Amino acid sequence: MSSLADIVTVVLVAAGALLFLAGALGLLRFPDTLSRLHAISKADNLGLGLIVIGLLPQAASIADGLKLLCIWLLAQLSAATASQLLARAVHRGRAGR
Amino acid sequence: MMLLFDLALVASLLALAVHVVVEPDERSGIIAFLAFGLLLGLVWARLAAPDVALTEIAIGGGGTGVLLLRAEAAIRGRGKHEEPMTRTSKLAAAMGCAAISVGLGFAVLSFASPAPTLAPTAVEALPATGLGNPVTAVLLAYRALDTLLEKIVVLLALIGVWSLAPDALWGGAPEVRPSAVPDPLAYLARVLPPFGVVIGVYMFWVGADAPGGTFQAGTVLAAMWLLVMMGGLRPPPETAALPLRLALAGGPVLFLAIAFLGFAFADGFLAYPKALAKPLIVAIEAALTVSVAAALAMLVAGPARKAPS
Amino acid sequence: MMMAALQPGALFGLCGAALVGIGLFAVVASPGLLRRIVGCNILGAGIFLVFGAVARRGAGAGFAADPVPQALVITGIVVAFSASALAVALLKRLAEPAEEAAPAEPRGGS
Repeated sequence: MSSLADIVTVVLVAAGALLFLAGALGLLRFPDTLSRLHAISKADNLGLGLIVIGLLPQAASIADGLKLLCIWLLAQLSAATASQLLARAVHRGRAGR
Repeated sequence: MMLLFDLALVASLLALAVHVVVEPDERSGIIAFLAFGLLLGLVWARLAAPDVALTEIAIGGGGTGVLLLRAEAAIRGRGKHEEPMTRTSKLAAAMGCAAISVGLGFAVLSFASPAPTLAPTAVEALPATGLGNPVTAVLLAYRALDTLLEKIVVLLALIGVWSLAPDALWGGAPEVRPSAVPDPLAYLARVLPPFGVVIGVYMFWVGADAPGGTFQAGTVLAAMWLLVMMGGLRPPPETAALPLRLALAGGPVLFLAIAFLGFAFADGFLAYPKALAKPLIVAIEAALTVSVAAALAMLVAGPARKAPS
Repeated sequence: MMMAALQPGALFGLCGAALVGIGLFAVVASPGLLRRIVGCNILGAGIFLVFGAVARRGAGAGFAADPVPQALVITGIVVAFSASALAVALLKRLAEPAEEAAPAEPRGGS
């Protein structure tokens, strides 16, 4: 039973890490701010989500699992706000030019 | 495997630090410093110091980062620059700094073995304080004097910042809100603080037995207050306002009062009566958390910008 | 010496030593004053890391690190933040144009 949980954790966390790698690659390689934002927000939302789901089987108690989920939701909220703010700044800069 | 991770961590830290020094664009350097603070938090986790990791990420990276970014935006293009150094003097400075690093490195490698440690002593006295987290016990019981003086240093820094306001504005409110508040920021300022306050209180409460404590909790609360002020939901308080001054002074005053009561009811200054140690420490921590939150938020907000009403 | 480098925390202690040098160079050699404040923070971070290496070596009594240096570092981080805040406020005041720094309006009623 525990080995099954371990396999789930390894697979999901590895997938999450791969998404983060892809996001970082996009951040470095994409040509403009908006597409870079697109790349990194995918990694943020999905990658962190996969890592959190992967860690859930390892949580010692339900409270620990809920804390992990809270971390994911809070990171989502702040990431969404930050990308909105950045995108708006880009938009304003284009309109002003 | 872990060694590989540690080496990657150290390499990124050093690369970011060098980037801060050589990057011509000041803002890019500050953003690198933000990333530096986060990675440093990971290093503290690797050093088995979760309390320090929380403090570093909250205050060292986050708080200082906000401070520096705001400063960069405020003085962009108007900052004072000195004459760049000549090549030779730059080289001499680099050699001197490298010598200091090498010397310190040798010191790190030649630490006494076996390492001296106070951990057993700290744990031995732990039951008397009623606490479970030895770091909190050091901060608020064994070395409480350090923490008291540190709080006073924070207040002195705040007095220093406030005294930079022009005479006519003394006692007025600082300016935190940007000229136009973007909608997403206002939304975040409405949604996040309820969670943030719960998390802050939780960090304060578990600090007695688990990683966390006054400074980390105070920083989270300060961040929430700053967010509300930046989102334009509440104006910053006037620096002369009585509630603000009471919140700022409350922590150190309670701390000092309990410290002096130690003469009457325990062994001396800053000693707690055995039976009451835990409740007294929690009371001091609660008052200190409010003071730390108010002081850190006001330090970021800066001196008064509006005339007092 | 090689053995010493493999002790827990020694790697981060060495990293701290290097950061002290980098931070100090930023303080001494950079022309911009804001970057000097950042340099000061890097210097401080390096010194804290050396403390962290000391704490990690002092593992004992069931704890992975000595709590006393850890508490000192927490105190240090807060003090460093206060110092940075004061330095930043001074810097902003320096950058203000003279007329803005001393507005002529009379003080309003208390």
